[in-house]
Amino acid sequence: MTKTLAGSKVAEIIAEVLPDAIVKYDANNVWVNPSYLDEACKILKHHANLDFSYLNSITAVDYIEKFELLYHLTSLRTNSKTTIRVTCPNGRKSPSVPSVISIWQSADLQEREIWDLMGIKFTGHPNLKRILLWEGFDGHPLRKDYLG
Amino acid sequence: MAGIRTEPVTINLGPQHPSTHGVFRLRVTFDGEEIVDAEPIFGYLHRGTEKLAESRSYVQIVTLTDRMDYVASMSNNLAYVSAVEKLADIKVPERAQYIRVISAELQRIASHLMATGFLLNDLGALATPLTYCFRERERILDLFEMLCGARITLSYMRPGGVLQDAPEEFWSALDTLIADFPHYLDELEGLITSNEIVLSRTIGVGILSDTKAIDCGISGPNLRASSVKWDLRKAAPYEIYDRLEFDIPIGANGDTFDRYQVRALEMRESIKIISQCIKQIEKGPIRTETPYFIRPPKGEIYSAVEGPKGELGFYMVSDGSIAPYRCKVRAPSYINLTPLTDMLKGWKMGDMIIILGSIDFVLGEVDR
Amino acid sequence: MINPIMFIGFYQLAELYQSMLSSIGLNTSVSWLYYGLAAASISFIVINTMVLSTAFYVWFERRTIARFQVRRGPNRHGPFGLFQSFADVIKAIMKENTMPTEADGPVFTVAPIVLIAPTLLIMSVIPFGEKSFLGSLNIGILFIVGVTSINSIAIFMAGWGSRNKYAILGAMRGAAMLISYEIPMAIGITSVLLISGSLAMTAIEESQKIWFIVVMPLGFFVFIVAAIAEMSRTPFDQIEAESELGSGYNTEYSGIKFAVLFLAEFMAPLITSSIVTTLFLGGTQGFDFLPGQIWFILKTFTVVFILLWLRATWPRLRIDQIMSFAWKILFGLGIFNIFLIAVEYTILTESGKSELSKPDMLIMGAINWIVTIIILFVLMNLFGNKKLNRPTPIPSPLANMNPEVD
Repeated sequence: MTKTLAGSKVAEIIAEVLPDAIVKYDANNVWVNPSYLDEACKILKHHANLDFSYLNSITAVDYIEKFELLYHLTSLRTNSKTTIRVTCPNGRKSPSVPSVISIWQSADLQEREIWDLMGIKFTGHPNLKRILLWEGFDGHPLRKDYLG
Repeated sequence: MAGIRTEPVTINLGPQHPSTHGVFRLRVTFDGEEIVDAEPIFGYLHRGTEKLAESRSYVQIVTLTDRMDYVASMSNNLAYVSAVEKLADIKVPERAQYIRVISAELQRIASHLMATGFLLNDLGALATPLTYCFRERERILDLFEMLCGARITLSYMRPGGVLQDAPEEFWSALDTLIADFPHYLDELEGLITSNEIVLSRTIGVGILSDTKAIDCGISGPNLRASSVKWDLRKAAPYEIYDRLEFDIPIGANGDTFDRYQVRALEMRESIKIISQCIKQIEKGPIRTETPYFIRPPKGEIYSAVEGPKGELGFYMVSDGSIAPYRCKVRAPSYINLTPLTDMLKGWKMGDMIIILGSIDFVLGEVDR
Repeated sequence: MINPIMFIGFYQLAELYQSMLSSIGLNTSVSWLYYGLAAASISFIVINTMVLSTAFYVWFERRTIARFQVRRGPNRHGPFGLFQSFADVIKAIMKENTMPTEADGPVFTVAPIVLIAPTLLIMSVIPFGEKSFLGSLNIGILFIVGVTSINSIAIFMAGWGSRNKYAILGAMRGAAMLISYEIPMAIGITSVLLISGSLAMTAIEESQKIWFIVVMPLGFFVFIVAAIAEMSRTPFDQIEAESELGSGYNTEYSGIKFAVLFLAEFMAPLITSSIVTTLFLGGTQGFDFLPGQIWFILKTFTVVFILLWLRATWPRLRIDQIMSFAWKILFGLGIFNIFLIAVEYTILTESGKSELSKPDMLIMGAINWIVTIIILFVLMNLFGNKKLNRPTPIPSPLANMNPEVD
């Protein structure tokens, strides 16, 4: 059975190397500071005790005052999973977060979809274009204030 | 020969094409016969499922999920309904769980039959293997018609159980199918696996290594064909899969032939699962009582099942009202297309369609 | 296929015209007039018969392939759907005759004609019975080989004239493939010529005391595979692979031009089967209870059915596999076959005989069959894929579903 790795453990391992990266944590989730996102993800992938090599999905949720990104990760070797959450800086105007495409290639298409539908920019993505809607579409439909 | 100047030519494998599986566009650059670059463009079937789900009640969203992967509708229903039950803490009776597993495995067989038939059609066998596979798929669709009255977009499952119990003729027809199917699979494998032309066109073509597959987030038979033994039915069992005994077939190299072989072997495993379920099922209720408008308490859940195309997951956030605050679909076909450009580079035009066919994606799921 | 020219010869027809016209009163000494009338009427009859046979063959093919695919074929128009081809041609004629604006006009228009003309020309040299005129043309088989090479030009003209990337791709592959397969076809024919000693089709047919398929199976194999590729039928139909290119060289054609291309494509198996029947299956020879012409038709339709069977069951090969098959394997087999037949012929005619007798041919046949089976067996094991040699898959160490257990 896939067990959820305790948030405290994950936070502990990341905080050893990057003490400013962790904002808070609870039993299942770890909130990460967005400016340290790519460094923290490198530790998540390559650290021997964590070994989160499989990115299940990236999700973006629109809580009206802020955007939140969730990264669901699985370690295939130890059959455990965890969730990393990031609150996007810059509010609703132009939220942007570093891209994790250099760490997990499965983020390629998922980040493009989030840019297309939610409007969150991913810095460092080589090909951030609209994917599900056509070029020249105005607006980001999945936002709560989009009245189509 | 050094002085001849050649120029790469860009061709558009347009959205309307006899053999891309749906409205899928691929912009390929050829240097002679060899593929230099390939850019997939999709979104022609985007219907805004996630946004629509935010203004529909939890039971109404079941019909939306049918239409995502329109080839394998039971698995979509199962994934969504499991997520809602975990979110709202609804218990499902055992008989419903057995019927759900039987339907999901039947749907897996139907989906793999379609994938195999279309792969052979792309190879050029003029639709003869396709009609043989569809003849068997028709029997499965007849079973679904007995269950819920529809064949393709089924909407059979509800949060709390299934819609209605299976009638008497369902069980006898299912027994006949289980008895006949292994012979049919033997015949199909005998025709295909020993055909020299099929072997010479699929062995060694479109290889995906295991590190790359894990890095790109591939799931389902494509991941297992790259020799990674990972199946959500065994790694994180849901419903009653922990009481059943079955094997997880894997492939050796990750080429097109392995992807076909894994699907053929998975069909056999599904038959084993269904026959065990038939023996273990008992009479009982098939649906727990839930209010018509389910209002789950505030919270969130990510729940995934193993669909025929891969890991189909739902991430749902509830704010206590009758509709979800956010309903995100983790579509396996969408993420399986991530390494497409790398898988196509270096192969010839004749291999391009075969590699596309072996990945087995469905545009309804890619575009949602 | 049954046409009156099987029963009336050319000279008789010319004399018939002469007697008809002199009975009216026109009696000139211009003898070419009667020959001209006879030739025109024979051509008219032959072309019409070929087109009707093609219509019948299209119906036959659609019904048979449908039965292979567990479904019925067309059964609406006419009894058993016999008028389906006529309905298709009428529909094609009524469609708009389009041409892309930037297409090369003359090339685009003439290409279907260039494709169908050689196919019809070949019918003139096939010996149906004793009375066929050009069957005894003394360069018969060379005429056939020369005329069939024109269809590679026609396909390239069709693709080039359309100015469409898909069409040009299909046409270039087609031209390359068709040119490559003419050589094994000619080599397959040469082995027949070594024994028959003459290029005329009637002479080849008469020299088959034993059918040549028994005497030289390797030559038959080389010729028929090359002929299937020349017709670009499955498994060699890369150039019109519907699932890959849209439609290959005939993408931009519609209306009557498309109907002519379609007709030419479906006339080719009938013609090729007639050639195979004459060269290897004894032509009009057979038991005496049926006339020779009926035997010819029966044999032709057997070969046509086998070609259809192959089309319905096998997938297609990739273009580079097709080319390597022609140049490496068929070419080598063809040359080996000529060598083998030449050696046997020299040995058997050492005692000064000018041609082989029946027992000689039987000896040749026995040796050739054994050699062919051994060679094909060796080639299959050398070059073929052995499905049982797949390695057992080892689970990757990167994933582990039960980490507590291990």
